[in-house]
Parts: sequence; C-alpha cells; structure tokens
Amino acid sequence: MSVLVYVEQAEGKFKKSVFEAVSYARAIADQESTNLTAISIGDVAESELKELGKYGAAKVLNVSADQLKTFVNQAYASVIAAAAEKEGADIIVLSNSFSGKGLAPRIAVKLKAGLADGAVELPSTDGKFSIKKTAFSGKAFAITELTSTNKVIALNPNAFGVKENATEIAVENFAADIKQSDLGTVIKEIVRATDKVSLPDAELVVSAGRGLKAPENWGMIEELAGLLGAATACSKPVSDADWRPHSEHVGQTGISISPNLYIAIGISGAIQHLAGVSSSKVIVVINKDPEAPFFKVADYGIVGDAFEVVPKLIEALKAHKG
Amino acid sequence: MKILVCISNVPDTTTKITFTNDNTEFNTAGVQYIVNPYDEIALSRAIELTEGGKGTVTVINVGEAANDPTVRKALAIGADDAVRVNAAPRDAYFVAKQIAEYAKDKDFDMILTGRESIDYNGNQVAAMVGEFLDIPSVSIIKKLDYDGSSATIEREIEGGKEVVTVSGKFVASCAEGVAEPKIPTMRGIMSARTKPLNVVEAVTIEEVTKVAKYETPAPRGSVKLVLADQVESLIGLLHSEAKVI
Repeated sequence: MSVLVYVEQAEGKFKKSVFEAVSYARAIADQESTNLTAISIGDVAESELKELGKYGAAKVLNVSADQLKTFVNQAYASVIAAAAEKEGADIIVLSNSFSGKGLAPRIAVKLKAGLADGAVELPSTDGKFSIKKTAFSGKAFAITELTSTNKVIALNPNAFGVKENATEIAVENFAADIKQSDLGTVIKEIVRATDKVSLPDAELVVSAGRGLKAPENWGMIEELAGLLGAATACSKPVSDADWRPHSEHVGQTGISISPNLYIAIGISGAIQHLAGVSSSKVIVVINKDPEAPFFKVADYGIVGDAFEVVPKLIEALKAHKG
Repeated sequence: MKILVCISNVPDTTTKITFTNDNTEFNTAGVQYIVNPYDEIALSRAIELTEGGKGTVTVINVGEAANDPTVRKALAIGADDAVRVNAAPRDAYFVAKQIAEYAKDKDFDMILTGRESIDYNGNQVAAMVGEFLDIPSVSIIKKLDYDGSSATIEREIEGGKEVVTVSGKFVASCAEGVAEPKIPTMRGIMSARTKPLNVVEAVTIEEVTKVAKYETPAPRGSVKLVLADQVESLIGLLHSEAKVI
C-alpha cells in the first residue's frame, strides 16, 4: 500500500492548493507509515515538478502525452487509476477543485473506492479511516468512513494548509496507455481572468450584498479587495439581479468557501448565505442594521453605512500598508 | 432527443440542520423536502431543449416512496415521465450505480444532474454515472447547447471558464447559469398527477462509504464591535489579534 497524490497543473504551474494536497497526502502517508508518490499530467517543467519535494513527495510520475496536454477527466482518470495500480497505491488524494470534482468520482468507480470529497481533516487513525467532510452546505460535517480497500480523498482548498517537509524527489516519466474512447470531450477555449484572485481557493474574500444598492457601487469593493489581495464575492440576490456574475455567488446554492478572512458588506446573513461561508476562519461584518443576523456569527463587526465605512477602511488599509 | 434528469430529494434551504440518535442520523422531524435546487436547473434546461416536440424528459430519483411528492413536483415542472429506484440512497456510489443500471439500455442522448445535492454536497453522481456507463462527463457546467448530435458546454474553472465540445452520449452536472429554474404552472400540477411514475427495484452493489457521525460547526464567540468612526482599529485587530492580514 502507498499514497498517490494527483497534482493538477494550470499552464504548467502548480497552485497553492496543489502544495496543500501534497502536504496533506504526506501527512496521511506518515500516519500509515508508507510512501507518497505524486502524479502530474500535462506539460510541466522538471524544475516545477521538483517543487513538490518541498512538501514531502519522494517521487513524481510525469505524464506528458500529447493528447493529455489539456484536461479530459475520462482519460486523466484512466491514467491515474493505472498509476495507482502500478504503484500499489490504495489511497488517492487530490484537491477538491473544479477539475478535481469531475475527476475524483471517475477514479473512485474505476478503483471501486469510497470517495470522501470536501475533506477538511486527516483520516482517523482508529482503523476505521473516517474523514470529516463538509455536508449540508456548511451547516454540518459528516464523519464519513471509507469502508472499501481503495480510498479516494478530495481535499477542500484552505482546509489543511501548506506544510513544508523537504524531501529528495525523483522525477520519473510515466507512459500512459490512452484509449481513444477516453478522449470524448474536446476543449475549444479556456478563458482565465489573470488579474483576479480565484474565489474557491482565496485566503481572503471581500463580499457584498444588496446593501450596496446598485452594481455601479462595486468600485470600492474591488478596491478594498485589490488592496488586500482578496477575491470578490457576493450574495444570491446580487447575482440573481445580474449585478455580479454567478461565479461570485457564495452561499447554499452558490459555492462554499473557507477563507482565512471573510468580510461581508451589506449582507444581512440569511441562513442560506451563512451556510456557504460559516467555515471561514475569521468573519467581519459591516452592516448598518445592528439587528442583522450576520453579527451573531461574526468575529468582528462594524455597525455603519457601507458607503461611509468602506472608504475609511480603504484609507486605513493604505496607511497600514504604508 | 431523450434526456434523463437525476433528481435528489433534499431538505428545504431554510432548514435548520440537527441530528438525532447520538448525532448519527439527520433529524427529519418537521423538515420540508424539495427538489434539489441545482437539479431544478438541470431539469429546466432539459425542458427547454426538448420543447416543441423535440424530445422527452424522464426524471429519475433513487429513494423510498416518501420521495414521491418531490418526484411529482419534477413532473409538474414539466418532465414527461418519472422513475423511482426503490431504495434508500446509501451514498453517491450507490445512487450512480442505480442510475447507470437504469439508463444503460435506454438510449438517452444526455443525462443531466445538478452540480451537487445541497445535503451531502457530493459533486459525485454525474461523473460516477459517466464512468459506470463509460461515456464522457462534464462537471459543474454553466451553459449547455445541443445541436442534435453534439453539445457545446461551458464549465467553471478557477478564475474563469473552459468551453468544451462533446459528441455522442454524455453526462453533465449543472450549476447556476444553465437555465432559469421553471416554476410549475397550475396545468403542470394537474397533469403531474396522471403522468407515469414507474417504480423499479435496486441492484445490489458493494458498500464503499458510510457516515459514522455528524457534527455541527463549533459556535463562535460573541462579536467584537468596532465603532464606525474608528475603522483603523479593525485593521489593527485583523493584523495583530486575528493575524489574517
């Protein structure tokens, strides 16, 4: 038995969430007293692959076949399952990213494995291999036991943290057997906003709601987020009204996030919104209504008008950064 | 065109989530159930694609008879017929296997689900069905067009989107943006009563997961208020006390 971690690349680079997945996989390998191997698919330079050693991977399998340069979940799942078999890996770890969410279930079926997605902690060491994962859109956690021999874990971004563990790493090419029938989806276009922090794995998030009154008032939210290096988010009524894109909607029917800091501006804090953000480590609420339910779950609060408070906050932050 | 839409029976979004039996079971007392909101988006898109006699929409649910009102709701929204696989939905692996077993010889052009259920938040069923049937799957899609033989799909990625095409049969899990959820009309509600709802028995499959226990998030301490004319002290607290900036 051993642990295999899939390291997702974007344009040849690994993101923080990948180093976090490697750190997490290393910790599992230590718990189980076994080896950790990483698998990378696509064009990644050797120097970037070797970065994985910093977080505890002793070996990385490099798959660079032409047909696999861009993400095809069917083919990637076949390659990862084949690597798991060859390496004798029974625990497969990956990041619960958008691509990870399309990939992990396919790997699980191939390996007849139980899948814990949205994992937020290490598996238990009581012999039951149970994992805490988010459930009910952040309103609860389900301690899920993986009862199968093979196990797949998709780790939520920002749940475990990046942990350095310098290890000598070997890069090995892995020749994948690619079936034509696994290449059914073809990517036509990839659009990435490079100047913005991506919301699902952001450490800091500035979010605003109906209290902002109109879409043209988002300038100060963008400015505050820019100063902090934070991603922007919004509440459901705001995305429903098309003031902001759906991809920014956090909450029960939007995306769930767990940043280190969540600043909610002009959002009252309906139960559906809280569901998606309650696992944020620190919550700041700015609202002119002192009775807003959001204050009950906040760590810090300012009762005041967003149009007065936010500009002052921007000035104070500029002064703080000197 | 034949579309299969998978629907999950979930607690209403306003439900306060509590557990019973030493936190091992979800407390269903007083809970209102609804069609999973993301599945409603998938269903609404399926209805749009088949409107005007262009095809049929079948909904499938894996669950016990108590789910029938939710299945009828999907029929009221506009599905043509429904199937319920008569078994408690143990986990996504079990549910996906049942759906794949039902679908394998029915020649559906596409199988749609919601991006995740709002109870177990799996994001699992669509890709698992794809794998069981050995056909492509695209998860968390924001747009779906279909020309009768191939689909153009936008899927969400970190900080952007990816446009993919897929020819032949496929599975996709739908997020916001794919369609506006349709609301049942009075005529829809009346006709739902007589539309076919077939009940089929489940196939057996090995257990791969089980929920041992539930936990609710630890309550936070009380809020520390900062005066609106002293916002600089908030920056100080976030920096030196909370240590997040």
